[in-house]
Amino acid sequence: MEIIRSQRKPVHIDVVPTLPLYRSAPPLEVRLEDFELYAMDRLRVLKGIADGLSRGKKSEEMKNLADHLWKANMRHLDASEVVNKDIISHFVLRLVYCRTEDLRKWFLSMETNLFRYRLLFEKAEVQRALMAEFDLPYRAASNAELESVKEGLKQVAQSFGQPLAADAIFYKVPFEEVPELVAGRRVFIHKGYAYIAMNQVVSLVSTQFRSHLSKALILTNRKWTSTIREQEKDRLTPIVEALCSSYLGPDYSQPREFAEISIKDIDQIAKSSFPLCMRHLFEKLREDHHLKHGGRMQLGLFLKGVGLKLEDALAFWKAEFSQRVGSERFDKEYAYSIRHNYGREGKRTDYTPYSCQKIITSAPGVGDHHGCPYRHFSEENLRAALGKMGISNRAVEDVMDKVRNRHYQLACTLTFEAVHGTSCDAGINHPNQYFSDSQKVLQSKNQSTV
Amino acid sequence: MTKEEIENGTADMEIDQRELMNGERSELNAVPDGFNANYLKVYYGKLFPHADIFKWMSYGNDGKHPGCDESYFGRREFSFTLDNDIYLRFQSFNSVSQLENSIKEKCPFKIDIGPVYSVDPAKRHAYAQSGNNVFTPVEKELVFDIDMTDYDDVRYCCSGADVCLKCWTLMTIAIKVIDPALRDDFGFNHILWVYSGRRGVHCWVCDPKARRLTNEQRSSIAEYFRVYKGNENSQKKVSLTSSALHPFLLRSYKVLEEFFEGNLLSNQSLFSTEERYEKILEMIPDESITSELRGKWQDNKKSSISKENINVDRWKHVKKILKSGKQKGQGLGKCVEEIVFSFSYPRLDMEVSKHMNHLLKAPFCIHPKTGRVCVPIDPNHCEEFDPTAVPTLSKLLEEINMGGLGTDDDAEWDRTSLGKSIRFFRSSFLQPLLKSCKEEIENSYNAKLQHSKTSLTW
Repeated sequence: MEIIRSQRKPVHIDVVPTLPLYRSAPPLEVRLEDFELYAMDRLRVLKGIADGLSRGKKSEEMKNLADHLWKANMRHLDASEVVNKDIISHFVLRLVYCRTEDLRKWFLSMETNLFRYRLLFEKAEVQRALMAEFDLPYRAASNAELESVKEGLKQVAQSFGQPLAADAIFYKVPFEEVPELVAGRRVFIHKGYAYIAMNQVVSLVSTQFRSHLSKALILTNRKWTSTIREQEKDRLTPIVEALCSSYLGPDYSQPREFAEISIKDIDQIAKSSFPLCMRHLFEKLREDHHLKHGGRMQLGLFLKGVGLKLEDALAFWKAEFSQRVGSERFDKEYAYSIRHNYGREGKRTDYTPYSCQKIITSAPGVGDHHGCPYRHFSEENLRAALGKMGISNRAVEDVMDKVRNRHYQLACTLTFEAVHGTSCDAGINHPNQYFSDSQKVLQSKNQSTV
Repeated sequence: MTKEEIENGTADMEIDQRELMNGERSELNAVPDGFNANYLKVYYGKLFPHADIFKWMSYGNDGKHPGCDESYFGRREFSFTLDNDIYLRFQSFNSVSQLENSIKEKCPFKIDIGPVYSVDPAKRHAYAQSGNNVFTPVEKELVFDIDMTDYDDVRYCCSGADVCLKCWTLMTIAIKVIDPALRDDFGFNHILWVYSGRRGVHCWVCDPKARRLTNEQRSSIAEYFRVYKGNENSQKKVSLTSSALHPFLLRSYKVLEEFFEGNLLSNQSLFSTEERYEKILEMIPDESITSELRGKWQDNKKSSISKENINVDRWKHVKKILKSGKQKGQGLGKCVEEIVFSFSYPRLDMEVSKHMNHLLKAPFCIHPKTGRVCVPIDPNHCEEFDPTAVPTLSKLLEEINMGGLGTDDDAEWDRTSLGKSIRFFRSSFLQPLLKSCKEEIENSYNAKLQHSKTSLTW
């Protein structure tokens, strides 16, 4: 670990409001209550960011949302404690989220987002200072260099509807350093170098932040498994383990209340209790006797969570696929991945069903049927699909209204309410939650009629 | 069945007849499609360029220079698909002869190439016990896979696994869009394009920098190339949201426009029937325009315009009305570009490019369904490439047999129609690649020496 930060006197911190880079754990005394409370507060921020992203909010809205969440949760009565709270909560959550690949991925992504949004609120000097702190060796490109790529820079600026200022400053960096700018075609790239504008430095710095944190999480994980977990088994370990599960909700990797559904009931259940995304996949599968990879994963893991056992899952998929590709090819090419989903092949991980957030942020392409219908369908197709579920015109309008505001999960919640005729106050966060809530409603209805 | 296939069928029959007259080797040609394990054995024995594949995958580390990493080739995963679809993953080899012997012995129907791992993949279980996750991919070429089946909604000549010269144009366009961007934008130099043996193309980017990209960086390049986003459930497949095109798209558009107007429009008859032109009209979000065009086209159905011109003419109508001054304000001009992009822009299989541990079929394999060799394609002359004229296994064996016995074994491939492909592979890809690998190994070795010297003086 590096000791850069410990040399800095805490007195400076409130003078220069710079963002901590969390290079090393602080040599601070922390009370056990604060340990947990700070972490909970930070989790609220990260969870809020995750929710915002899953609603497809634009970057400007996200920036303001993050600012709002930060101010609401990360304040401290004692002003000098604010920075400490920031640092301590980060390191506690590192422990919480270092323990599995999925947890690391989520934490890495949300912390990087948070860092980026906070950085956007900082002045250019602060951004440049952080660039220096990360030791990024990039200098502004010379005028002669810029002259030769001027046309390209102008075109990129125009593609955001902005003019190219005559005195604009650009940094010339290897394209690998700014993957998100490359992915969004937001920079001019020539011969392996990306020309990034002053206001894009944020992206460069957050990429660095991300890669540092990613490495740090692996190290934390090693420390956790080798020493901390055992040493702290009476003190911190229970807190750490409770923190992540108490907040993220159930992951539906193990079917619970309605364990075991059988193939013969599946059509009936699909009609009564599947959310639209799964219904659509299910119907497409029955219709085409085929689904592409993304669809097989989304529906397959959902069915696993619903309680379809491996043997039944194999029989179910085979019955469809063999009509199209023959049963021999099914056994050879597709059965493996179904067993894989159930943890019987390859890494032998028991894969968890996809959450709404994962489904909403997926990007279905040609011939794909997975994804969130509220987000990925055209208005016309979505209306037709909702009509097929027997939803009244008025309810459809309410759903469409949510969709237009990019509240996809709320749209799904409204659909649930319209289908079941009851309210769903908790909202829909997971297709398997939709399913189990639906089953609960149907069961209580059955009981009352009997 | 396409015309070409029928012609091939008759060609095979001629061979059969001659074989019968010779009275020999009739068993060898018993399968008219030209693919079986016996043929394949001969192919791996006499024609498959084992040594070239080894040289390539060694990236100069098989040399004598002290900077060479001797373990490099041995850490590469190969996987074999055998007859009866037995799938052998994590094969690794320490030398060219090990590789060659294993291929000859197992006679795989398909050879896939995976990443270079941190340790020998064949011994991964031994390392797994130490628990520290040391078995992890560390290098892999940046690869692209483009498959014709992803274009089924924009080609009317064939569907599914079939291809003909008419739809192959879409692959030509893909190469002409992606190849220059890899070179000019990303600065890569060592790029190999390969026919996938049936209905698509593969691309291997082999520069050192490309091989060491992280998954996130691979994704970013794949996303940079992605324009096509929708599917049949969403209305628009291509959405050019920004007011002007990014320079990469602008340059690509010139290629697309040329092929769309000069080739696809009439070869795919994009406007010839109501069903087809309706698909294009759906992409124009202005009802007054679509109904105007529709009215015009329904009327002139009766008049006898030659079929040749109907596609070109109707496209002219679309362009004229969308680009006319009064539509400018509503951004409808962009529709022209969106239509062209929808019907011609390359559609990559994103997953293949995004992950380091994805396997991809090796060049010079034989496709079991078509019997065709996965030969390299010259990106500079890709419009001349004809997938239906690619040498097949049975044709190559025929050529070997014609050559007779007793000739020098080493150059047997040179007398077959595979010779051209292997020569091209060596001269335009392998030799320049190995030259730069050698330089890189020397440079990094010298830098290391320099470094240790300075630290010694300290």
